[in-house]
Amino acid sequence: MIRLHRKHYIIFGLVIAAGIFPFLNQNEYWLHILTLSFIWIIAVYGLNLLAGYTGYLSLAHAGFFAIGAYSLGLLTVKTGVNYWAALALSCLITSVIGFLIGLIALRTKEHFFAIYTLCVGYVIYLVIDKWDSLTGGVRGLIGIPAPSNIGPLSFQSSLSQYYLVLFFLLATIFIMYRIVHSLTGRTFIAIRNSEELAKTIGISTMKNKLVVFVLSTFFAGLAGALYASFIRFIGPDIGYTTVIFDLLTYLLVGGIGTMAGPIVGTILIVSVSQSLQFLQDYRMLIFGPLLTLIIIFYPRGIVGLFNEMYMKRRSRKKPRLKKTQTPYTDSEGLQEDRVKEG
Amino acid sequence: MDILTQQLFNGLTIGSVYSLVALGLTLVYGILHIPNFAHGALYMLGAYVTLTSMLLWNMNYWLAIALSVIVVGLLGVLMERLVFNPLKNAPPIHDKIAAIGILLFLEALAQLMWGADYRSMSTPYGEVVNIFGMTVTMQRMLINIGAIVVMVLLYLFLKKTFVGSTIIAMAQNRKGAHLVGINTNKVAMLTFLISGALAAIAASLSSPINLVFPGMGHLVILKAFVIIILGGMGSIPGAIVGGYILGFSESLGATYISNDYKDIIAFVLLIVILSIKPQGLFSREGF
Repeated sequence: MIRLHRKHYIIFGLVIAAGIFPFLNQNEYWLHILTLSFIWIIAVYGLNLLAGYTGYLSLAHAGFFAIGAYSLGLLTVKTGVNYWAALALSCLITSVIGFLIGLIALRTKEHFFAIYTLCVGYVIYLVIDKWDSLTGGVRGLIGIPAPSNIGPLSFQSSLSQYYLVLFFLLATIFIMYRIVHSLTGRTFIAIRNSEELAKTIGISTMKNKLVVFVLSTFFAGLAGALYASFIRFIGPDIGYTTVIFDLLTYLLVGGIGTMAGPIVGTILIVSVSQSLQFLQDYRMLIFGPLLTLIIIFYPRGIVGLFNEMYMKRRSRKKPRLKKTQTPYTDSEGLQEDRVKEG
Repeated sequence: MDILTQQLFNGLTIGSVYSLVALGLTLVYGILHIPNFAHGALYMLGAYVTLTSMLLWNMNYWLAIALSVIVVGLLGVLMERLVFNPLKNAPPIHDKIAAIGILLFLEALAQLMWGADYRSMSTPYGEVVNIFGMTVTMQRMLINIGAIVVMVLLYLFLKKTFVGSTIIAMAQNRKGAHLVGINTNKVAMLTFLISGALAAIAASLSSPINLVFPGMGHLVILKAFVIIILGGMGSIPGAIVGGYILGFSESLGATYISNDYKDIIAFVLLIVILSIKPQGLFSREGF
């Protein structure tokens, strides 16, 4: 219970820190970077639910991000739909496409799934790139409007956009937290640990995998739509495979299959890359080996490492706990670290 | 009719390159069950090593290819030792991510060393010849013949030599191979060596008709994955046949359907195949 309280303090502290950050730091540039990282975090959470908790590595995530972004862009620029309706519609469109692709993609497993989704992602990219009359091809889509006003609330300034994205991020984290700590979340983890075993205890794996896949595409779409209205310009390269590799790096460094991983990884890597801007094209010289090293030595990333250290310290303090900690314990704080990783 | 034969010949050329790349990929998959996403980077490095040794040291085309085969092959071995061997017992998702990490690193490295520009490779076999009413360059002929020679050599190596049969044994059953005294570590290293060498040969042969740039491996590797799914993961004849099928359908598709969308053909093909048969066309039955 002590840990639970402490965890809550940390969460409240972080939320407040995020809330007052713009007042402490008046720098427009950092506000921009942070807003952008928040958008990426939302996308990474989607990926985390699928790859981290369910064990299916989808490499089409950038494609869904691009679908979300382009849906919003096309709806607002070409048809003039109200921004909020367009935002909801883009998430819906992405989820529906995700559902259709998931129906087929999830019949495949492991490597086949990764390769299949990699190809799906590439097809999405190529379609966006070549379908000149709809998407504007390589020229991209410009003049995407900022979020329209809700009553007295205006979203023109970068500060208000920051809070808007923060709001969506908090909502995402809340939903993720509830999913992961619900029976559904446990079901996902069961599928990750052993799909056959899950099946034998009566879990409809296909249905659950489909739910996870659609959820993950939903968050990718949401992130994409927010990205489009924040940057106001989108080109086909947001759907390119390098984007998924970036997202994967964020997730891996933070900790795949952990709740805090996406936040830690994204903010860390994005801010480090900002300070290493001179590297720009060569940043992968560092991040590539980093990705490989982390997966070899710390497969659960920074958060996993901290959890491990914490558990060790705790088990030293209370040695008798050891007996009761079976690998599949369902005490809330433990199950994340103790289940076999997928 | 003229266009058709010309396109069929083109398909043969593209297919040869694809087959060679897919062969390397399928060998590694057969032995270690790793979908080696970094294979495309090996392909790209193969082209760069050949190009550099020709430009910098004025090396003969064939010598340059030989050097590239050695360098890239050794790089493959290094990859196996440093990355995939430690991950032997890890869940499959880890191999994939590690391979992606290597891919990103090698690409950035190539960009650092050689710059992002597109370069062309010169070849001593640029002249145009007339065969059966087709006008083809010698280089294209060379690709076709070279690919076939390499495939035959690989076949003989695997089937007729002792070392080759250890690879087959390990592909059939890793534990069984270990039990009868095969050094599985050595075989894994050897497989990566061959796989890297095949990528280097494919890249060095095809670069004179394409361009050399850091991202040149992207499409090729994706298509090679399509091929080995088409032909059955780990199957050698499957990789060869699949490579030619894809080569032909692409060159014909580019002429008769749309040149813009020719790269999509492979992926649509794959999506259709996996939609109908999630395990790939031919489930794997050894070599």
